[in-house]
Amino acid sequence: MAKRVLIVDDEPNIVTSLEFLIQRSGYEVRIARNGEEALAQVSAFQPDLILLDVMMPLLSGYEVCQKIRENSAWQHVQIIMLTAKGREIEATKGLALGANAYVTKPFSTKDLVAKVHELLGGTT
Amino acid sequence: MLQSWIILVVSFAYLGILFAIAYYGDKRADAGRSIISNPYIYALSLAVYCTSWTFYGSVGRAANTGIGFLPIYLGPTLMAILWWFVLRKIVRISKTYRITSIADFIASRYGKSTLLGGLVTIIAVVGIIPYIALQLKAVSHTFSILLEYPAIMMPADVDTIPIISDKTLYVAILLAAFTIVFGTRHLDVTERHEGMVAAIAFESLVKLLAFLAVGLFVTFGLYRGFGDVFAHATANDDFSALLLFNETTGSYESWAWLNFLSMLAIMFLPRQFQIAVVENVDESHINKAMWLFPLYLLAINIFVLPIAFAGLLQLPAGTIEPDYFVLALPMLHQQESLALLVFIGGISAATGMVIVETIALSTMVSNDLVMPVLLRQKWLRLTEQPDLSGLLLHIRRGTIILVLLLGYIYFRLIGSQSALVSIGLVSFAAVAQFAPAILGGIFWKGGSHSGALIGLTLGFVVWGYTLLLPSLAYTGSFWLPSSIVTEGPFGIALLRPYALFGLDGLDHITHTLIWSLLVNTGAYIGFSLSGKHSAVEHTQATLFVDIFQQSQAGGGSRFWRGTASMVDLRTLLGRFLGPSRAEEAIAGYVERRGLSNSDQLEPDAEFVHFAEMQLAGTIGAASARVMLASAVKEEPLGTSEVMQILEEASQVRAYSRQLEQKSQELEAATAELRAANEQLKELDRLKDDFISTVTHELRTPLTSIRAFSEILSDHPDLEVEQRIKFLNIIVKESERLTRLINQVLDLSKIESGNAKWNIVAVDLKEVIEDSLSSTSQLFNEKHIQLHVDLPDHVPPVKADRDRLMQVLLNLLSNAVKFCDKTKGMIAVSLHANEDSLRVDVRDNGPGIRPEDQRIIFDKFRQVGDTLTDKPQGTGLGLPISRHIINHFGGHLWVESMPDAGATFSFTLPLAAHSDQPIVCIHEQMWDATEVIDRAS
Repeated sequence: MAKRVLIVDDEPNIVTSLEFLIQRSGYEVRIARNGEEALAQVSAFQPDLILLDVMMPLLSGYEVCQKIRENSAWQHVQIIMLTAKGREIEATKGLALGANAYVTKPFSTKDLVAKVHELLGGTT
Repeated sequence: MLQSWIILVVSFAYLGILFAIAYYGDKRADAGRSIISNPYIYALSLAVYCTSWTFYGSVGRAANTGIGFLPIYLGPTLMAILWWFVLRKIVRISKTYRITSIADFIASRYGKSTLLGGLVTIIAVVGIIPYIALQLKAVSHTFSILLEYPAIMMPADVDTIPIISDKTLYVAILLAAFTIVFGTRHLDVTERHEGMVAAIAFESLVKLLAFLAVGLFVTFGLYRGFGDVFAHATANDDFSALLLFNETTGSYESWAWLNFLSMLAIMFLPRQFQIAVVENVDESHINKAMWLFPLYLLAINIFVLPIAFAGLLQLPAGTIEPDYFVLALPMLHQQESLALLVFIGGISAATGMVIVETIALSTMVSNDLVMPVLLRQKWLRLTEQPDLSGLLLHIRRGTIILVLLLGYIYFRLIGSQSALVSIGLVSFAAVAQFAPAILGGIFWKGGSHSGALIGLTLGFVVWGYTLLLPSLAYTGSFWLPSSIVTEGPFGIALLRPYALFGLDGLDHITHTLIWSLLVNTGAYIGFSLSGKHSAVEHTQATLFVDIFQQSQAGGGSRFWRGTASMVDLRTLLGRFLGPSRAEEAIAGYVERRGLSNSDQLEPDAEFVHFAEMQLAGTIGAASARVMLASAVKEEPLGTSEVMQILEEASQVRAYSRQLEQKSQELEAATAELRAANEQLKELDRLKDDFISTVTHELRTPLTSIRAFSEILSDHPDLEVEQRIKFLNIIVKESERLTRLINQVLDLSKIESGNAKWNIVAVDLKEVIEDSLSSTSQLFNEKHIQLHVDLPDHVPPVKADRDRLMQVLLNLLSNAVKFCDKTKGMIAVSLHANEDSLRVDVRDNGPGIRPEDQRIIFDKFRQVGDTLTDKPQGTGLGLPISRHIINHFGGHLWVESMPDAGATFSFTLPLAAHSDQPIVCIHEQMWDATEVIDRAS
């Protein structure tokens, strides 16, 4: 059974590109447009990995990440933070909150897909 | 009942109480818990001013001259108002330079002159003798009168009684003994007399109570209050005249002069100086004394007129002198206890005066007259004596006896003929001679030694010639014929003592005052201005006049230069202070200097100055200087050097003021810089935020562009549709990126003021129509209803047409973006006001929450329906629009309620009314008529 990936971003075009890439890699994909929606999908969709944008209205990626890690049932979920803010401190903060990887926009599609593979155990 | 033994026992019991109080006061002072250190005791002790003269004499004066008794108390009341300026300064000077008497003060001020100190002492002693005589007379007369009770009669004329059986002599001897034991008990002569001050304050209380008791008895016991007394008195024409200014009560001139004289007396009587200055514990007590003392004077004078009138009305004329009405009235009404109380009150008034006056005089005589002379007598070898404090006490005791005996002699000579008050006024006139030298000395640096010396001498001579001499001549004593007074010496009428140089028709006191103060002040000023001042005079003048500035600075030590040996100085101090006190003083000095022990002391200028101050406290400034000169080798400073030091001091003061000012300016500048720095930091933080935000905004479209480019490149197998979709996204995101970059640059240009504005007269209606037509496509696509309300014609505004267009397009596209998705409606209107045009753009979207209405004008702050799509745009449109409108002198704002749409409005001033010139580089493009229009 294909592993599931949840894509969380408020930029429609970025979502489109991510959706295409991850689907092409053979994963099952769901989309969330903001933090609230993301949390709902985490319980409904039970993703194995989340591509999580940081700068979102209402609930930021950091907060979403923190809430997921607070729930013991979701400890296994892999989280890759995506952000357009490239400062060192933001990467540190993301990792400290429990993200497994941190990717700066604009990203290399190859590297991102490779990272997803790596975190999901390299099986396609 | 009033036998002599009762009177004597009560009197001695009273003196015993005084002793007890003084003893207690001294004990407390030794224990460091002063009982006199409060303003009330200070004010009460100042009432030593009220002597037998006040207690008995005022009534006598009032009975003869009515309100003529008043100036003696009005003068001091007036003077008390000036105490803060005059007395406080004298006190500060005296404390700083350890001045012990009025002679010491004058001597010290004019170059520590022994000559001047001696002269002042002589004037004081001679001048005060009549005053002492007055007290002796009052005590012995009241004693005699009381002894005759129940008969009321005057004692026999002194001339008729042999000296040996004259009670006054015994009173004098008794008072001398009392004062010696009382005031010079201590070997420790440097201390102030705390016990004495306490006893004097008590005496002031006793005499006040006794006088008030008689007053109440007479006014409310014998009569039915003040009104009744005056009613009885005014029934008699002679008596009612006493209440007016007329020949009996004295002329206005006499009144004024007596007031003036009393003003000086309260300051310069040796005993007042002693109490007010030397015994002052705390400068701030003057503050309260300034009103308490006049209050005391008022209280002790309030019954003077009623008693005087009652005496005149009830006591048969000729039986008793009015001076003794106070005592005679209770006797007349068989009030024995009251009479005894009055007698005790009289004793307190007299003893208080005698004690303080003789102690003050004895200090002056020993310090300023005898010691300086003795110390110069090499053959006495005094300077080699190990301890001279005993000798000092002997001199003082001798002085006390001498002064009282002189007082007695004066009484024998003239006492029986004159009333109490006229005797006292002679003394007042004598001490008034100190006024020019002291007042000039503390306020005028120009006052010189020769001026003071000659002025005092002349004033004293005139006083002696016009007041003392005639009073003696009238009695025929000293072989002086009374014709000197009536016809002038050698028959020269111009030199008659009571009408000098033909100045006639004044009372004797006024006459003396006018002449003596005229020559005194004239000589003081004249010789001060014309003579040369020595170095030490310059020094002292500055130290005195600038006392309030000097206190903080180095003081007197700055003016000393020389060499001294520590051993000599220590020996010298030991000799006058007593060895143990000297060591104590040095130990205190060592501690103040912060040294660990006295071996570290250097005989430097400061120590020499300290030693001199210590000596001055014991033997007076002038003697101290003489003594010091024997122990140290001084290199005298020249006048020019002293002037240089003073000059430097004032330069240092000016410099320090400048420094203070500079440092304040510096502080202010620092504060400004700090504020500016904070502002810069804030700006820097804002810039950081801005750059961070801009980067974020740039990265977002870039992310899409790169991602789709890579997808297209990596997946050549993509279907055409998808390929076209992705390419379209790349194009859109590239456009977005371009737009963003343009707007950032645009905003930065506007904010930095580098934007170019093509300002012309613009028809706003036309601009609105143009912008509507260019967005009509958008309205149609989204099926948005458009309501337009434009007037036919509006006056022009001054603006850049393209920029206005930019603002309108921004507002319209925002409205389209946010208006209702299905039933979109937008209304655009334009109105002309009196001096401006107003544009409103209204949508029917979700509206903007009040808390967001401000932040939407911030950069990159977008607010929208965030649950759905992110609003498209850069977040820079509104900030740029606001900048543009502000630049044209208008305002841009929003009014909105949640769920009720939003209205963005702006105003622009009409071209004819825009009163602020619009700064732009295209200004020269305006045509001349427009400029004229604007000016009109």
